[in-house]
Amino acid sequence: MKRYRMFIVILVLLALALWVDMPNSSLNVGNFSRSFETKLGLDLVGGVQALLEADWPADKALPADSMNTARAIVENRVNGLGVSEAVVQLAGERRIVVEIPGQVDPDQAIATIQETGLLEFVHMGSQSLPEGTEIVTDYETGNLPVEAPTPTVITSTVVTPTEVLPAQEVLHTVMTGAALKTVTVSTDTYGDYVIQFALNAEGTQKFAEYTSLNVGQILGIVLDKKVISAPVVRDAIPDGQGIISGNFTLESANKLAIQLRYGSLPIPLKVVESNSVGPTLGQDSLRRSLIAGSIGLAMVIIFMAFYYRLPGMVADLALIVYALLTLALFKLIPVTLTLPGIAGFVLSIGMAVDANILIFSRLKEELRGGRSLRQAIDLGWGRAWPSIRDSNFSTLITCGILFWFGNTFGASIVKGFSITLAIGVIISLFTAITVTRTILHLVLDNMKFAEHPKWFGVG
Amino acid sequence: MLDIVGKRYLFFGVSLLVIVPGLIALLLWGMPSGIDFTGGSLLEVEFDSGVAPQPSQIRELYTQSGFDDSLVQTSGSAIIIVRSKSMPDSSKGEIIREMESRFGSTITVRRFESVGPSVGKEVAARAALAVAIAAIFIMLYITYAFRGVAHAFRYGTSAIIAMLHDVAVVIGVEAILGHFLGWEADALFLTALLTVIGFSVHDTIVVFDRIRENSTLYRRLPYQTLVNHSIVQTLDRSINTQLTVMITLLALVLLGGETTRHFVTILLVGIFSGTYSSIFNAASLLVVWENREWRTWFRTAK
Repeated sequence: MKRYRMFIVILVLLALALWVDMPNSSLNVGNFSRSFETKLGLDLVGGVQALLEADWPADKALPADSMNTARAIVENRVNGLGVSEAVVQLAGERRIVVEIPGQVDPDQAIATIQETGLLEFVHMGSQSLPEGTEIVTDYETGNLPVEAPTPTVITSTVVTPTEVLPAQEVLHTVMTGAALKTVTVSTDTYGDYVIQFALNAEGTQKFAEYTSLNVGQILGIVLDKKVISAPVVRDAIPDGQGIISGNFTLESANKLAIQLRYGSLPIPLKVVESNSVGPTLGQDSLRRSLIAGSIGLAMVIIFMAFYYRLPGMVADLALIVYALLTLALFKLIPVTLTLPGIAGFVLSIGMAVDANILIFSRLKEELRGGRSLRQAIDLGWGRAWPSIRDSNFSTLITCGILFWFGNTFGASIVKGFSITLAIGVIISLFTAITVTRTILHLVLDNMKFAEHPKWFGVG
Repeated sequence: MLDIVGKRYLFFGVSLLVIVPGLIALLLWGMPSGIDFTGGSLLEVEFDSGVAPQPSQIRELYTQSGFDDSLVQTSGSAIIIVRSKSMPDSSKGEIIREMESRFGSTITVRRFESVGPSVGKEVAARAALAVAIAAIFIMLYITYAFRGVAHAFRYGTSAIIAMLHDVAVVIGVEAILGHFLGWEADALFLTALLTVIGFSVHDTIVVFDRIRENSTLYRRLPYQTLVNHSIVQTLDRSINTQLTVMITLLALVLLGGETTRHFVTILLVGIFSGTYSSIFNAASLLVVWENREWRTWFRTAK
């Protein structure tokens, strides 16, 4: 009875895995929606990878949290390139890895990441522009008007990040982030979060002039030409001490404060490593690896059936279950598949078979030693277990160290390999032990002819 | 019955026959390292016209752009690979534009890598550290897993020696092949090496496990016979596992793309070595240790 229960569990798992493995499958439960796609690494789809390092003396500690802030800013900029699925991660203490898959101009991408951000306070008149709107300002155009121009109203449609509407008007920059002296988050008398700021002397004067003339108008805060906040001027601010209030949560107030404080990167970053792979090279490698993998798998299946007969065929079934489960997990987690990742998967097929080979070799031995079939099966599994456990555990130790190594150095190749191999090892333990055993017993229960030792390659 | 342990010095000799030339090659030619470890840049471009210019012309162009150390390789008629010191992406852009205008063909960039020199050295150092840490953890684990048998520590140590044997084989073969085929040790090579380490120990543990089991079953058997018995009993499994892994890897070597060929070949060599060392070396080392045979190594035969 217990075996049938396990068999049903296996069938359910298999059905789930098949469903996830289907191309274009997705899950929609209420508001939760997720599509399952195999994520392919840069070496397969082409793209750009860059390793950025803090340009900061190695013996001096980095300012607290500066790498996190820099990472967030870099991420914003990368997303501004209009690419999907870019990854920006910290690697170790002073490095950031940027991976941008697909067709991008590597020169442009890296230039965008490295540029210092520009924070501007922009006169917007009465028009509040939504967060993320891209605008054009007169700063850096070389002709800063002396007095504020008449307020200009511009269309408030959200434009896609990479293009600027051609008919857009130029907005006046009152001052830049350079005028900010301090920025802090605090609460007002009502207990709401506000952002307090203080300006330097030059900024104080400009700000006093501007605010006294423009009460009730909107002074937009713009980072890298993109609106991040659009507060209204409530009063004239003569002393350079201002407060920005709004419906802030602690989190959103902190975020804005960080952007005000570090509009430019909090620490300079330099590119220490960059890779770009054209899409054709990647696709060719992917196609060839997949073909090679399938042929390898087919040959292993033939070998097992030929050498171990009935249990070999059962192991083949387990191997197919293994492949389907592993691929489904790759999609679910999701694991980014790189070429070494695929190689790791193919290698794990070999290791998945190893557990079965260990068991069947024991099984054959026990049969030759005169045990009955059922006894031999139980002994085979029981005696092979310690070696399967210890050998696979040592492989997992190696995977763990590889993962650490890849993670600390932004070597995503090594990381991908270790993850696929580790997943393979864990799943193979389940399929080679539980799945094979359950199916083998079921076959023996239902087909009496199978009990002859010749089906086990003995006698 | 096959007497593998009895011929142990023969099999140690076979190992040395592979390792010693490899280490000599390493000393003579050094390890040809890719830019992942040394720092530098690699640019692979395809000329859309189908005809790549002469390597000398490319070198000239690089020199004029301020990179006078370029190495140019051709691959097929339209593809060239240029190695040079590390460069920012902006310099690469200039070089591409200059190539397009000078050689009158549009260019597709297949691959561009640039690694700063300090990063490369750090990767190599940390890789060595990763291997050392992996070795220590595995040794501790085996010693723990074999705590039930006498001298559990010997099992961990012998497994690590067998593993170092495989590392030496892989590095030696890489040094030889690198010299003759122009292969360079890169991050992928490192991944292959670390995999071999995992597999080597995996394989050795299976043999050791059998010794562990037999030592409780046959208490009266002399140690050497017991060890040999265990090796022979697991031989069937060792060879079959080896075969299945070799089959999949061979498929990848023969049919997989150019990009992974180096990687998979090194894996193949390492895994073969891993099986060899677990059958012929690892368990024999236990016997050498048990008999303290090193006491007679340097004495002349009487």
